[in-house]
Amino acid sequence: MKELSELKFADDVRYAEDHEWAKLEGDTVTVGISDYAQDQLGDIVFVELPQVGDSFAKGDEFGTVESVKAVSELYMPVGGEIVAINEALEDSPESVNNAPYTDGWMIKVNPSNPADYDSLMDREAYLEKLKGQEE
Amino acid sequence: MNEPAGTTGLVFNEPLLWEKGAPGRCGVSLPQRDVPASPLDSALTGDAPDFPDLSEIDVIRHFTRLSQWNFGVDSGMYPLGSCTMKYNPKTNERQAALAGFCGAHPLMPESLAQGVLKIMFELQQYLAEITGMHAVTLQPAAGSQGELTGMMLFAAYHRSQGAPRKKIIIPDSAHGTNPASAALCGFKPVAVKSDENGLLSPQAVKAVMDTDTAGIMITNPNTLGLFEEHIRQVADIVHAKGGLVYGDGANMNAIMGIVDMAQTGFDAMHLNLHKTFSTPHGGGGPGSGPVCVTRALEPFLPVPRVLEAGGRYTLSDDFPQSIGKLHAFYGNFGILIRAYSYIRSMGAANLKKASQLAVLNANYIKERLKGTYHLAYDRPCMHECVFSDKYQEAHHVTTLDIAKRLMEYGFHPPTIYFPLVVHGAIMIEPTETECRQDIDRFIEAMQAIAREAEESPELLHAAPRIPKVRRLDETLAARKPCLAG
Repeated sequence: MKELSELKFADDVRYAEDHEWAKLEGDTVTVGISDYAQDQLGDIVFVELPQVGDSFAKGDEFGTVESVKAVSELYMPVGGEIVAINEALEDSPESVNNAPYTDGWMIKVNPSNPADYDSLMDREAYLEKLKGQEE
Repeated sequence: MNEPAGTTGLVFNEPLLWEKGAPGRCGVSLPQRDVPASPLDSALTGDAPDFPDLSEIDVIRHFTRLSQWNFGVDSGMYPLGSCTMKYNPKTNERQAALAGFCGAHPLMPESLAQGVLKIMFELQQYLAEITGMHAVTLQPAAGSQGELTGMMLFAAYHRSQGAPRKKIIIPDSAHGTNPASAALCGFKPVAVKSDENGLLSPQAVKAVMDTDTAGIMITNPNTLGLFEEHIRQVADIVHAKGGLVYGDGANMNAIMGIVDMAQTGFDAMHLNLHKTFSTPHGGGGPGSGPVCVTRALEPFLPVPRVLEAGGRYTLSDDFPQSIGKLHAFYGNFGILIRAYSYIRSMGAANLKKASQLAVLNANYIKERLKGTYHLAYDRPCMHECVFSDKYQEAHHVTTLDIAKRLMEYGFHPPTIYFPLVVHGAIMIEPTETECRQDIDRFIEAMQAIAREAEESPELLHAAPRIPKVRRLDETLAARKPCLAG
């Protein structure tokens, strides 16, 4: 596994406690997992996503990500309705490892409460949290 | 012998059976037909299955060669955690192979199956006595099916109370199949985190337990190899709200004949005969996961049930509240004989001793390796102990590398990356099978590997080089599975 300094942390997204990122673009929020999360999981072999039209509250499980080591749950960083899923991940789950903030995106959400997004961590706060975990 | 147990030797490459043999080659001589030919209606027949033409020696060599690639508990120490891999005494096989058992047909009339039914009835009694529970079903064919049975019993019980419930509490230290079994039965699993000591916290359970929660599933000892010290308090909290307590007995090997499970508050629990009771495990299966229950849940047990009256044994379906049948006929009967054989040949005192030795062995390994590998929870353990690769991280050596290198020392790797609550977990369960000398050799191998991790990590990264099959590309296998032969 990599040192924190070797990992990338996009600064145009917000981060959740469970290592998902969320990016606000217009009315929708795109969600994926952070470079730290994919590095911890190792080689990802399967991503299970919800269906378009499903609705979840903030913190609800919306899917799972399976690596050679383990299966981990994915949690909604913001509540709302799923308006799109990244279908390309079915054939190329490695995108989550290779490009966690771009090709490895997972879902797009129509948020039910804008305050959810505002409560997420920015890059600095997330890095602080990760440094705290390392110690 | 001072050299490591693992070494190189001649093994054989072996093709698929379909790539062997030749047309017309045959392994058996059928006797001459001595009755007139009677052709079947062509609508009932079709092409023969695509079986290869092989002689007896083709088949014998094929499977002998494959067996030489393998590692089993008969060839060396197999310290998987969470999956008791104890030795399967050969007397079990001998009893199961007795002609009367092998020849018994499940549709035989009861009058001709008294011995078979007696074995089942007595095994139920033994399992009830060992766990302290009241009644037992032998039907479930695996631990996971035992869990499902337990959840169906819970659902049936709550329905009989006129108040079906929707949720089940599952601690994060429970076995991974627990939430799946609950969900399959229509319950919503509610996760509860373990406390800083790796134990279930009564406060955490109290916070989520309500009258819509059917109960809780607890693995005790838990997957960290720790005894749930607050088990009775947790059970009381669940019972106070009308819920039930399910026990995953996969780790029963630590507490056979020592803990009365009913007294700890369990209402139902399963046992894994293929773990605790020395019947074959994994590919040697099939499994068997009997479920033991309290008096209150007995009416819901699967049918048919074996009854005894005046020394006669019968099968009865006459239990109107039963959840029904879970398995064709009566469960994996051949496995039940092996467990019966184990219990009878050990006797009560030795079953207890087996658990004591299993716990002693695990604690011995824990104490001797705890400076060498990071110990996740430094407290007395039960039948297994959990380390991690934390001390080796600095040398860029992972749990996977350690496990692969251990093969070259002649040991099966322990369970790795489980339980999930320990990052990079290395979970070791020696069982009572291993003697002090063999455990010392295992400890020395683990110490040698830790030294190698510092001095020559490339040895670990390249491991294993000795086995016929070297490091597999697990990622590719999972991403692009090829399931054809």
